[in-house]
Amino acid sequence: MSPAGAGTDALFGVLRGIPDPEVPALDIVELGIVRRVELSPDGAVTVEVTPTYSGCPAMRMIEQEIVAALHANGYDRVELRTVYSPAWTTDWLSDSAKAKLKAYGIAAPDHTVAEQALVPLTSSVRRVACPYCGSSNTERKSEFGSTACKAIHYCHHCQQPFEEFKAI
Amino acid sequence: MRPTDEDAGVPREALFEYLLRLGDDRLVLGHRLSEWCGHGPVLEEDIALSNVALDLIGQATHFLRLAGQVEGQGRDEDALAYFRDAIDYRNVNLVELPNGDYGRTIVRQFLFDAWSVLLLDGLQRATHTELAGIAAKAHKEARYHVRHSGEWVIRLGDGTEESHRRVQTAVDELWPYTGELFAADQVDRLLARVIAPEPAALEPVWREVVIDVLHRATLTPPAEGYMHSGGRQGRHTEHLGHLLAEMQILARSHPGAKW
Repeated sequence: MSPAGAGTDALFGVLRGIPDPEVPALDIVELGIVRRVELSPDGAVTVEVTPTYSGCPAMRMIEQEIVAALHANGYDRVELRTVYSPAWTTDWLSDSAKAKLKAYGIAAPDHTVAEQALVPLTSSVRRVACPYCGSSNTERKSEFGSTACKAIHYCHHCQQPFEEFKAI
Repeated sequence: MRPTDEDAGVPREALFEYLLRLGDDRLVLGHRLSEWCGHGPVLEEDIALSNVALDLIGQATHFLRLAGQVEGQGRDEDALAYFRDAIDYRNVNLVELPNGDYGRTIVRQFLFDAWSVLLLDGLQRATHTELAGIAAKAHKEARYHVRHSGEWVIRLGDGTEESHRRVQTAVDELWPYTGELFAADQVDRLLARVIAPEPAALEPVWREVVIDVLHRATLTPPAEGYMHSGGRQGRHTEHLGHLLAEMQILARSHPGAKW
């Protein structure tokens, strides 16, 4: 995040109004997609964004929404930059963001992306707690869910399928 | 990004060529995997392969965009993907081979993923900041990919007599296409160490990982033998032309089309 001057605070305020299209419980700032904003003295705005996944199809839509939202708030000149480094990680999700995910019915990543084997070949038997009933009597059905960032699990206790926001 | 600022003395042509290889491997394999969309053996696998395809095509987009910037001739990722012929493609032949059955697709994916995760691990420490950033992101995704494909190789190999037979056949037929992953030419030698890992340095770890999985899958690693080559220099199988024809027809028929 950039040092918060009065100008960039207002910009962040606008950007916080944009939900992630695939995980609408979170806005694009708390998800960490907006890496930096800059307001130049002549009023031009630069926004640095980072993709969550290389092929995330929502990225283009998010970029359009950033431009539209800033235009609607009187910022006429907007430049978007894609930054790759450091790579986005779910470690950046705050506790409040994780709580919002859970309330929305998506299990939050419950561990940091710790060092594993260079080529991880076996899934851990880690059981993800069900966001509905909290039971750990769950089973991973697929590592790939409705979007690249989510896995599919099933809760044997409340018999609900649910999604997990994968740690990456 | 000004590539000349940080190319660590590597000639621009070599860096461009190398970025094409990274992009083309992933674009062609991503396109192949997307052929499963709507045809997966079970719904979860249909979704899984489509997601992996999306990741690979996304990675290709980033690598090819950077390639276009390094080349400096005004070609963007779309121009590089849609307006090059097979002879200008720099992917290994492994990724352009037809899918075959699900087992064959998974074996090809595993052989590639196990290599890709090692390559990207090395590339994320490249002196070229932007390339390293793209690789770091792709590396995280590749770790999910290899876990998925590796688990399926074990499940199918150690499955029924029928699945074991089919997957062993796939391993035997695809193995001769893996030599290209570790072959080095002048481009690799120019990039070695400062930007990219030396291809041959990845082979022992790859071999250990792959053979371990084959054993756990009750499969027999093939004996050493002939290895195909040429993809990196534009010599491809007859399959790539058909793939590109399908992938490129819209862009070539309606240049600049928007919808």
